Amino acid sequence: MALKMVKGSIDRMFDKNLQDLVRGIRNHKEDEAKYISQCIDEIKQELKQDNIAVKANAVCKLTYLQMLGYDISWAAFNIIEVMSASKFTFKRIGYLAASQSFHEGTDVIMLTTNQIRKDLSSPSQYDTGVALTGLSCFVTPDLARDLANDIMTLMSHTKPYIRKKAVLIMYKVFLKYPESLRPAFPRLKEKLEDPDPGVQSAAVNVICELARRNPKNYLSLAPLFFKLMTSSTNNWVLIKIIKLFGALTPLEPRLGKKLIEPLTNLIHSTSAMSLLYECVNTVIAVLISLSSGMPNHSASIQLCVQKLRILIEDSDQNLKYLGLLAMSKILKTHPKSVQSHKDLILQCLDDKDESIRLRALDLLYGMVSKKNLMEIVKKLMTHVDKAEGTTYRDELLTKIIDICSQSNYQHITNFEWYISILVELTRLEGTRHGHLIAAQMLDVAIRVKAIRKFAVSQMSTLLDNAHLVASSTQRNGICEVLYAAAWICGEFSEHLQEPQHTLEAMLRPKVTTLPGHIQAVYVQNVVKLYASILQQKEQAADMEEAQAVTQLMVDRLPQFVQSADLEVQERASCILQLVKHVQKLQAKAVPVAEEVSALFAGELNPVAPKAQKKVPVPEGLDLDAWINEPLSDSESEDEKPKAMFHEEEQRQAKHRLPEVDEEELARRREARKQEQANNPFYIKSSPSPQKRYQDTPGVEHIPVVQIDLSVPLKVPGLPLSDQYVRLEEERRHRQRLEKDKRRKKRRDKEKKGKRRHSSLPTESDEDIAPAQQVDIVTEEMPENALPSDEDDKDPNDPYRALDIDLDKPLADSEKLPVQKHRNAENAKSPEKEDVPVVEKKSKKPKKKEKKHKEKEREKEKKKEKERKKPSKHKKKHKKEREERPKDKKRSRKKLPGSEEAPGEPVQNGALEEGPLPPMSSYSLLAENSYIKMTYGVQGSLQDSQVTVSIILENRSSSVLKSMELSVLDSLNTRMARPEGSSVHDGVPVPFQLPPGVSNEAQFVFTVQSIVMAQKLKGTLSFIAKDDEGATHEKLDFKLHFSCSSYLTTTPCYSDAFAKLLESGDLSMSSIRVDGISMSFQNLLTKICFHHHFSVVERVDSCASMYSRSVQGHHVCLLVKRGENSVSVDGKCSDATLLSNVLEEMKATLATC
Amino acid sequence: MIKAILIFSNQGKPWLSKFYQPYSEDTQQQIIGETFHLVSKRDENVCNFLEGGLLIGRSDNKLIYRHYATLYFVFYVDSSESELGIFDLIQVFVETLDKCFENVCELDLIFHVDKVHNILVEMVMGGMVLETNMNEIVTQIDTQNKLEKSEYLIPHFDNHDRE
Repeated sequence: MALKMVKGSIDRMFDKNLQDLVRGIRNHKEDEAKYISQCIDEIKQELKQDNIAVKANAVCKLTYLQMLGYDISWAAFNIIEVMSASKFTFKRIGYLAASQSFHEGTDVIMLTTNQIRKDLSSPSQYDTGVALTGLSCFVTPDLARDLANDIMTLMSHTKPYIRKKAVLIMYKVFLKYPESLRPAFPRLKEKLEDPDPGVQSAAVNVICELARRNPKNYLSLAPLFFKLMTSSTNNWVLIKIIKLFGALTPLEPRLGKKLIEPLTNLIHSTSAMSLLYECVNTVIAVLISLSSGMPNHSASIQLCVQKLRILIEDSDQNLKYLGLLAMSKILKTHPKSVQSHKDLILQCLDDKDESIRLRALDLLYGMVSKKNLMEIVKKLMTHVDKAEGTTYRDELLTKIIDICSQSNYQHITNFEWYISILVELTRLEGTRHGHLIAAQMLDVAIRVKAIRKFAVSQMSTLLDNAHLVASSTQRNGICEVLYAAAWICGEFSEHLQEPQHTLEAMLRPKVTTLPGHIQAVYVQNVVKLYASILQQKEQAADMEEAQAVTQLMVDRLPQFVQSADLEVQERASCILQLVKHVQKLQAKAVPVAEEVSALFAGELNPVAPKAQKKVPVPEGLDLDAWINEPLSDSESEDEKPKAMFHEEEQRQAKHRLPEVDEEELARRREARKQEQANNPFYIKSSPSPQKRYQDTPGVEHIPVVQIDLSVPLKVPGLPLSDQYVRLEEERRHRQRLEKDKRRKKRRDKEKKGKRRHSSLPTESDEDIAPAQQVDIVTEEMPENALPSDEDDKDPNDPYRALDIDLDKPLADSEKLPVQKHRNAENAKSPEKEDVPVVEKKSKKPKKKEKKHKEKEREKEKKKEKERKKPSKHKKKHKKEREERPKDKKRSRKKLPGSEEAPGEPVQNGALEEGPLPPMSSYSLLAENSYIKMTYGVQGSLQDSQVTVSIILENRSSSVLKSMELSVLDSLNTRMARPEGSSVHDGVPVPFQLPPGVSNEAQFVFTVQSIVMAQKLKGTLSFIAKDDEGATHEKLDFKLHFSCSSYLTTTPCYSDAFAKLLESGDLSMSSIRVDGISMSFQNLLTKICFHHHFSVVERVDSCASMYSRSVQGHHVCLLVKRGENSVSVDGKCSDATLLSNVLEEMKATLATC
Repeated sequence: MIKAILIFSNQGKPWLSKFYQPYSEDTQQQIIGETFHLVSKRDENVCNFLEGGLLIGRSDNKLIYRHYATLYFVFYVDSSESELGIFDLIQVFVETLDKCFENVCELDLIFHVDKVHNILVEMVMGGMVLETNMNEIVTQIDTQNKLEKSEYLIPHFDNHDRE
């Protein structure tokens, strides 16, 4: 042994420690990997040794290597060994390593449960602390379940150091084991008022984290937080609380009104920028929640905007950033107040800091108007050119599109300009947002009819230059625009200048390198184009040309037939056959154009994205029934390129529906035409906007000409959007001039005393007439569309599990799993030096003994909200609460033994009935001048056990300690004692009681026969210690086990209940009690509460009830209410039990 | 919640990494690399908050960092944390390091990552801020160090440890 020891120490001397390892790695810069693998081998050797110090050193080095990216999961078991070292030094190393490398998938993690439990209850606060910290990083659902109760106990530890850690880790426990939230919540809430600021801050932290995810469950805490906010001076806590209020106000506008004043005061008074900023943020949240017409809050908005402007103007970039961030929140509801700071925000767009530019971009979205859109977008376009990182550039791109397309292109006056912008954007290299641009092109071309000709010409140029767009693989994202271009050219081919040229462009061999879905669109639209060319040629009687086009198709299509993409191949094959057929017909000089174009007859209308979903199923229509006998072949429809396009069919169907008032519509249309005709500023779209464009004096010709291949990055032949800015200015200038003229004219006319047209639109300068007839087709919705919007909640959100109603009373099944006495003793026995058995300490959170009426709750809630009375309850000890039925603090706790199946009439009914006197299942056990004992008995379905919860209240000024409970066992009922102790030994109470404090201890009893009530004699012995010395004291008591206490609330369904009664195995008995004044509802509640029954069914003044004993006896009751009397008929598998239960019930009812 | 805390040098060498969400070692390295890439190219006088990156791919996450001479201190946080609050917290962290190491320098961090962890643990636990009062943190650290020292001074090889 001695030799081994010496050897161990010598080994250690030669071991590398962490510093040596770090130094070594720094010295082996060239062959670092090799050196580290050498070190890992050494570490493996060290881990094999017995010496814990060597092991700890090795694990410490592993932790370092883990940081460098080496997987150390193979050493998980060694880490656990080091964690279980008795020395703090090693323990800390072990827990650190575990916290860095363990996760839910670590299989050995389950071995740690007992070790952690032991450390949690260690006498050294640092052992406990280290275990808590470690656990916070690697807690798993299993660990959370097994340790929740131990951690909850630590929340009331004497040392604030432990308390704050225990409070904080509860959040992690809740996340992994949501069932623990309700039982633990009352104690967590208590900690909000902990005397130690650190613990308080931790509790605030946890509750804020919880409330952020499910704010509505925490609204009832608002008064408490409000109190904290007005009293706390800790900025950390204040910030958290204020942030929390920001999350709560949208749910409770009244809270917001309350908040404005204190927050405004804080804004004025605080010197801490962080606090000021959060205050402003929450005020904004409040204002948003109150946004519907609250004129008197304009001062608050002004204050916020002002403060934010100061932040934005600050030289500190951080403040600038945050100022912009908060500004964007105001923008949503109060755009006007922000718009006045446009100068400042545009300035930020030039900031050298990307974060700030991004924030400024967000703000721009809400600041554009018809007037400044072009100017702003122009500015953004120059940024796009200059932008370095793709992220920022993509952000710019999406922002440009967002800004332009917002609220149905509201701000766009010139769609030619917008199309040019989109085309310019296609020059962006490596953007991910090609599909966005494509979607915009399609949307605009479809919905703005007047722009189609221009769009088509631009798109055909784009197709012509497809090789530029799709040249390198790096620019892959952008080739999506070809999808749009091909579709637009095909669909609106009648607008094409040189359709044949475009056709050829679309049939180039290069096209086959494009992604499949784009090729498919190409193929489909080639035919559309072909059809329209045929039509043209045949009309011109140019048969030769027509045949040439057909030949071109026949020549080129095979390249698509060979495509690996099924969609492309299928379409190409079909079309090739079609074209070949046409060729045959052409050879016979048969005109075919009509028929070919008939394939694509009709117009496509945009349909709202959700339209399909919202078509209501007509009454009486069975969609599953066959209309005709099923055909052998099912027809397959062509895939539609996008959901936004819809078939002719639907459109017609819509038109067939009766119009509201055909005449009225016609009249309006006529009036509109008249108005337009008379309006000199209304620029008509027909015959050709392109031509009109060119005709306008001072406008440069838009060259749609030759391709310059030498400048690859620019799509040639396309106008620059910049031109439009200039054009637009000119146009507006002209408009203004004309308007002036018109005004003059009108004035002249008015002078003549006659107005031309009463409905002549009077335009302000803001109202800039659009250049095109902006005929935005609104998206179609089906008639009778259902206004249902789907819930967008993500079912995988981990925080959803924590969406738990905290106000509901706690049920038996919800109690945290606790180790049983025997187990605890087992674990303890080998190490006698261990401190008191923590596991035994208060099995579950302190219970509340009263049932509060929901109505009262509501009232109280209101009261608290209005803060008429500041809530002044101090949670001294639960005894007090028990005695004060009107305690403002609402019970969150389960009433012992009165679990009611959810949704049962008892609970629901209670809402309507009169108040129910407070009930407590705790009754006095014994008392003297030192101590008062109250107890409650509860059955559990396992092993015919009953748990006795005794609340011990210290009434003296002495400290009560070494409390021991001894009970004289009867043959029938025995107390569960630690293994190895004799029947005469007492069971220690696992806590001490300082003066005035009460706590609860639980003891388990096993019962053999439960059909009779039992009484046990017992004694509590304790030492009362005060300044004058210590005395041994005793208190005798009699534990009364009623038959009802052996019953456990078990829900039962009516059908099962009926079967049970029919079975005929039950014996019957009845009682009748007269002189009852209590309402039937309250009566039932009382029976449920005191005798652990649940209501199966209730019809008027008659109810069936059920309960089950811990030994599995069924007890069924039929309770009937007569006038001033109640009769109870019972059936039970044991006659004695039944008669005893009924006797007890009689006693209860007699008091009603 | 704080999602991760990183300290690395101007060259991107990690001196401390603490993740409050499980990531594989490879992902951790990737995050460190990407964070360094994001942060190192920023000028000295730009704002200390950043969006975008691997860890902060989700919408409400942010990166808050401070640059001290040769070291970057980076905190990844979500929207429940106050930006300026965390910014101050980094300062508290650095000052605490300074007190505990007595004039901290990069070498202290390089060679004593375990001690840095032990200090951090007293400030942030499981991604939530535990303590912001520097004196309280330093007191706890000192007591623990004393405890450690006492264990070294009385080297007793009890059987439990030898097992």
